[in-house]
This record gives sequence, structure tokens and C-alpha cells, in this order.
Amino acid sequence: MFSNKYIFIYSSVMVVIVAILLALTSTLLKPAQDNNVKMEKMQMILKSANIEVGFEDAIEKYDEVITSEIVLNTKGEVIAEYTNGKFEKGDVRAFDIELKKELQKIEKGNPEDANLPLYVFVNKQDTLFIIPIHGKGLWGPVWGNIALKSDKETIAGVTFDHQGETPGLGAEISESKFQEQFVGKKIFDENGSFVSVKVVKGGVANSNINPMYGVDAVSGGTITSQGVDDMIRECLINYENFLKQ
Amino acid sequence: MSKGNSLFSPANKKLLFGPINMNNPITVQVLGICSALAVTAQLKPAFVMGISVTVVTAFSNLIISLLRNTIPPRIRIIVQLVVIAFLVIIVDQFLKAYVYDVSKQLSVFVGLIITNCIVMGRLEAFAMSSKPWPSFLDGIGNGLGYSLILIIVGFFRELLGSGSIWGYKVVPQAFYDFGYQDNGFMILPPMALILVGVIIWVQRSYSKELIEEE
Amino acid sequence: MENIISIFVRSIFVDNMIFAFFLGMCSYLAVSKTVKVSMGLGIAVAFVLTITVPINYLLEEFLLKEGALVWLGEEYANTDLSFLSFIMFIAVIASMVQLVEMVVEKFSPALYNSLGIFLPLIAVNCAILGGSLFMQERDYANIAEATAFGLGSGIGWLLAIVAIAAIREKLKYSNIPAPLRGIGITFIITGLMAIAFMSFLGIKL
Repeated sequence: MFSNKYIFIYSSVMVVIVAILLALTSTLLKPAQDNNVKMEKMQMILKSANIEVGFEDAIEKYDEVITSEIVLNTKGEVIAEYTNGKFEKGDVRAFDIELKKELQKIEKGNPEDANLPLYVFVNKQDTLFIIPIHGKGLWGPVWGNIALKSDKETIAGVTFDHQGETPGLGAEISESKFQEQFVGKKIFDENGSFVSVKVVKGGVANSNINPMYGVDAVSGGTITSQGVDDMIRECLINYENFLKQ
Repeated sequence: MSKGNSLFSPANKKLLFGPINMNNPITVQVLGICSALAVTAQLKPAFVMGISVTVVTAFSNLIISLLRNTIPPRIRIIVQLVVIAFLVIIVDQFLKAYVYDVSKQLSVFVGLIITNCIVMGRLEAFAMSSKPWPSFLDGIGNGLGYSLILIIVGFFRELLGSGSIWGYKVVPQAFYDFGYQDNGFMILPPMALILVGVIIWVQRSYSKELIEEE
Repeated sequence: MENIISIFVRSIFVDNMIFAFFLGMCSYLAVSKTVKVSMGLGIAVAFVLTITVPINYLLEEFLLKEGALVWLGEEYANTDLSFLSFIMFIAVIASMVQLVEMVVEKFSPALYNSLGIFLPLIAVNCAILGGSLFMQERDYANIAEATAFGLGSGIGWLLAIVAIAAIREKLKYSNIPAPLRGIGITFIITGLMAIAFMSFLGIKL
């Protein structure tokens, strides 16, 4: 009933039509999707500074309160600075840096090439330094932001997010109950050496860790908690030189 | 297939509403469980997933039914897969553009609609041999039957597991002060399976003719 | 190497395709009445997963991912074809299943006779496409990790279906409430098995 020629033409036509329609949809929706990603990133940065904004207001608010974006190297020197909409130094915006790639450079043993992003948040009461972080969860990546007060050691707020964790498990790290624990913790001890904030399985109260430097792990998400713990330590340590200045 | 030409003749109504109870794709036909249960820890993703599947089943049924006389039998499965994959990509792109937060929660499970047995199953069993309009209704009906189970499961898991519905707290704080605790177990994947088992139990207790002889 | 072993073990026990993600449930429920038949299907699934995940990994790395086309020239550095991944993955899976079927038929008729009827069904098994999609989402570092994940997930699936089939064989002798018979009790048992498997979450990897 159907010749080979017919089948061949049929499938070719089908493939071409499908490809055209898909390319069209993808191109049409790409700006909206990219914008979502951008707004989400801004929303996360603002949230770590304890500012809750709706998705749509994120851009406006971001431009208002994040006064500078700074790019650092591991020695703590400023490579680029973008303040109030123009470059004071260099030509890289911290917002456009893909942290994952920079961390890979450090992992591969070229820490001098890494560009570390940092956001400076200013409002009436306070100046906050917001450090983006990125690490590995049970499966895929986990990431977030840590906002430090102007003393550069006390945590003012954190956000975490993740992709494709076991549904329901470990997802708690993106909930405020877990994140609120971090507020007020310190990342340097009395002697000024870097200690990070530990995520303690079984609860800080039952361990011998100073509650100043530890929080309770999420229930049921052992590996994810470990991932968050590693992420905070490994990312913040790169900023150690800058934070001690 | 329908006697009257009206769009909602009794036969067509049966196509639309049958799958919601007596011919439910999940509890009776046992199709499409694959991608369904992992997304039911909360109501909202379960709802969005239900809608997406309904859209894909309805339109793939429609398209295949329109093409049914031109499709060479030898490449039938591939043609069906291409149509389904095409629709799923479009749905995925729309979710990413307009309901970004939910699309992140659904992650790979949107893609898995492609291999959802309901979609393929309805194409093979119905759309390949029926006119476009009944096929479309059949697709919507099956999609809705599927959504219904997802929503029931999602409702109970979110209510009992996190004390909220659609992200809003519904269990009053007084309960917690009194010692009530959310049942974290409900959020874990295994409870979805047990809930579906219970739904089947309840449904078959009412509709005795569905009971299996084994 | 340590990483590969850890991915392998995790994908069998901790993130079991069936017990953690419910993938491949349709055939899991339909073909788990006897151990022998479910063994055949399990092997076929494991086999196809081990082949398709690495192939789709290469596709993802050199064709679909943003910047994956750099090998063609610098001007392609920003091309992002990832919107095509669903269709590419399913096409690869469908054609690989076909190819495997032909190869097995030619070189091992005995294996073909035992696996043969299941192979075409596998193309639409969620576990197979799920394997590729998880591979894409989890962003494995190299092809060895992707292969370990494919093989591990396949073995995990095989383990699950053989286990439930064994239980269902014994279940024939039990007195189950009539409305629960068949599919209902299978769901509940799978749920209980999944709870048991969750204890593997505790292993440090």
C-alpha cells in the first residue's frame, strides 16, 4: 500500500516540519526563559540579604540595592568593579560570571585564574557582602548565596537552591526553616582563623561543636547536608584573603 | 461511531467521562504510573503535571487521528513518538517560560511524558482507528482521569506531609502547639505508591466488577 | 575511580529507578507475575540502558549542550540545541532498541528467543528515557561516569522487578481482601519495598 519512496518522503517532510516548528517555539520563548533565569538569580541574591521580592520586581529592586558588583581573585585583590551601572575597573560584571567554571579552575589547580564574584548590598542600616556559592548535592548541583555583615564574618542571611534532588528528600535545604538557622553564625573563630559553618547531622545540641559555628542538618538528606557543608567551606575559603582585609 | 452528529452525543460523553472513573487510566488500565507519582509530594506540581499530560494526550490523539490514513504502518511507532515528543517539547518550553518555579520542580518528569504509557496507549488503541473529534475527547478524558488521581494523591501528601495545600498552611498553629506534627513520611516517595494502592482498594470496594480474579 | 563506584552503587540501591523514581512502572506491574519472565525483561532493560546512556551522553556533550558545537568552529560557541534533546534521545533509544534486536537475532538466536518479545516494548519504557534525562540533568563529568550510571540503574531495575515477581508468586497463596487483589496489593508491596530500600540512604558514599 505504501511504497518505500512514500515512507521516505513522509518521514523527511515530518522531520522538517517538526524541526521548523520547534526551532520557532524555542526562539520565541527563549527571551522569556532567559529572563526567568536572570530574575531568579537576582531574587536569590536579594533573598540572602533578607529582602523578599516578587519575581517581576526582582530586576528593579536589584538595581536599587545592589550598588556594586565586584570581581576578586583568590588573593583578595579587586579585578573588576561595576558600580551604579558603570565599570569603575575592569570589564567583567560579577553577575555574568558562571561560578561553576571558576570553581573548576581552582579545583584543577589554577586558582590564580579564577574570577570570584561578590555583590555589595547597601541600604540605610547596613552594608552586606553577598557571596554566591556552588557545590554538589546528593546528585546534581546545589547552589546559593551567603550574605555577610559589614564585619565580614557574621552571617546575615543565606539562600540555597538545588536541582533534581530526590523528590522530597533534601529539598528542605531550600526552605526557610533550614536557612534561618544560619543567621548570626560566624565563619571566623575568636583567633581569626577560618572555621566555616558546619551542617551537623543529629543536631548541634548533641554534638561538641560550638553552636556559634554550626547548624542542624536537614532530616533524611544526609548526603545533601554534607554537600551544603562542603559547599560553604570550599566556596568561602576562596574569599578568605579578601574577608580578612 | 456516534449516532447523532452532535458534538456531545451520549457516545462522546462516555469517551470524555468514562476514563475518569470506570476506565481510569491509572487505577483500572494501569498505565502511565511511571512519571506520575514522583511529582505528587505537593499539589501544585501534581496539578501542572496533570494539565500537561492532558494537553499532550488530547493533541497527540487529534494529530494522529487526522494523519491516521496517511501513516505507513511500518514507521507507525516512530511517527507517533515524533508527534508526542514534539508536543512534549512545546509544553516543556511553555512551562519554562511561564511557570518557571513549577517547571523546576517537575524537572525530568516533563520529558518523561513522552514515554508515558497512557499517551502511546491511547494512540494505538483509539486514535489510529477513530475520527478526530472523538479522539480528541478520548484524549481529554484520559488526561483528566490521570490528573484526578494525581491531584488526590498530591492533596493528601501535601496536607498530611507539610500541613499545607497549594503551598498555603491550612493546619492551624494551635494544632502544632498542641503537639500535632506533620507526617514527614508522606513526603517520601514510597507513600505515593501506598496511597495509589489505597485508592484502588476504595474504588474497587465500590465498583465490584473491577475486582481481579487471581 | 572511587566516584564511578559510588555512582554505580548509588544508582542501584539509593536512587533505584523503581523505588525512588517510579520509572518503568508500566512494564514493572504488567510483567512481574513470574520470576523467569521478569528476569528476561530485567536483563533487556539493563542492557539497553547501558548502551543508550553513554550514547546520549556523547550526543549531549558534542551536539546539544550550550557551547557543545565548539568543535565545528568558534562561531558556534553560543548555539544551544538543548530544546531538541527529548526528540534526539527518544530517537536514539528507538533505533538502538531496533539495532540490538537485529544483532541479538543474528548472533544469538537462543537469547533472542528469550528476550525477543520484550525488546520492542523497551523503547517506550520510562526507565530508559529517564536514564538519559537524569544523565543530562546530573551533568556527569565523563563518559565512564555516565556508563556506570546506566549500568547501575539497569541492575537496580532488574533487582526490583525480580524481587516483586518472587513476592507475587508467593502471594498467590495468601488471602487478600478481594478489592486489593492483583494491582492494588502490588502497589502497596512496592511501597513497602521502597521504604525498605530507603535505609540505603544512610550509606556514606
